[in-house]
Amino acid sequence: MDLFTIIFYLMAFIIVGSAILVVTSKNIMYSAFSLLFTFFGVAGLYVLLNADFLAVTQIMIYIGGILILIIFGVMLTTKITGVDINSGITGKIQLGIASVLTAFLFVILAFIFAKTKWFTGANMPSQPSINQIGNELLTNYLLAFEAASVLLLIAIVGAAMIARRKH
Amino acid sequence: MGIGLTHYLVISAMLFCLGLFGIITRKNAIMVLMGLELVLNSANINFVAFAKYGGLNIQGHVAAIFVIILADAEATVALAIVLNIYQNFHHVNVDEVDKLKD
Repeated sequence: MDLFTIIFYLMAFIIVGSAILVVTSKNIMYSAFSLLFTFFGVAGLYVLLNADFLAVTQIMIYIGGILILIIFGVMLTTKITGVDINSGITGKIQLGIASVLTAFLFVILAFIFAKTKWFTGANMPSQPSINQIGNELLTNYLLAFEAASVLLLIAIVGAAMIARRKH
Repeated sequence: MGIGLTHYLVISAMLFCLGLFGIITRKNAIMVLMGLELVLNSANINFVAFAKYGGLNIQGHVAAIFVIILADAEATVALAIVLNIYQNFHHVNVDEVDKLKD
């Protein structure tokens, strides 16, 4: 039981526990705050996987961007003063069927993952990945990179256009 | 037995199933979005795990970056649409939104 293993299981516990809170909590604000811990746990897994740039990106974009956006959405679409802040669970029957189905899917997925003989190449050396990512983005993936930037521009313009009050 | 590829894959499968459960069982549009973020995160964990153990190397990181970019664009537009729905219907329950325009 070395330090790596302990930290992995700690991160796994944080991810799964807070994700369960996200999908079961009655209060939508609690769900949003549990999502914060899920994202932090995933960033921790990235660090364990030698993906330093992705870990920082995860914290900057998911926590600094998407989570703030989601909390803004929660606050703008619920009546803060009232008690009407619940996250809207469907009926008991749907809940039962959905939990059985997703548990079944998880069992199947875990079985497949455990049984498959994955190709395991040479393990990636642990070195800073920013240099290589920059090289790849501006050589092999240049077209996709440019398309992604155009997509982000369109998303900004479209979101501002859609959310504007029309009168 | 140390931590291997399978451990990460099982964690990501768990996250995927929880996200799917959230998408199925919630009526609030923002909760559906949160479930979607969980699913996208689980896909990212898979990419990065294969980058380290499966010989995918730096290509896996680049794929994960593109997934993050798409998730950001999707969340922005989806929340704009949710705000618009709230202005028209005064709630954001996705199962009761059945008119494009009133």
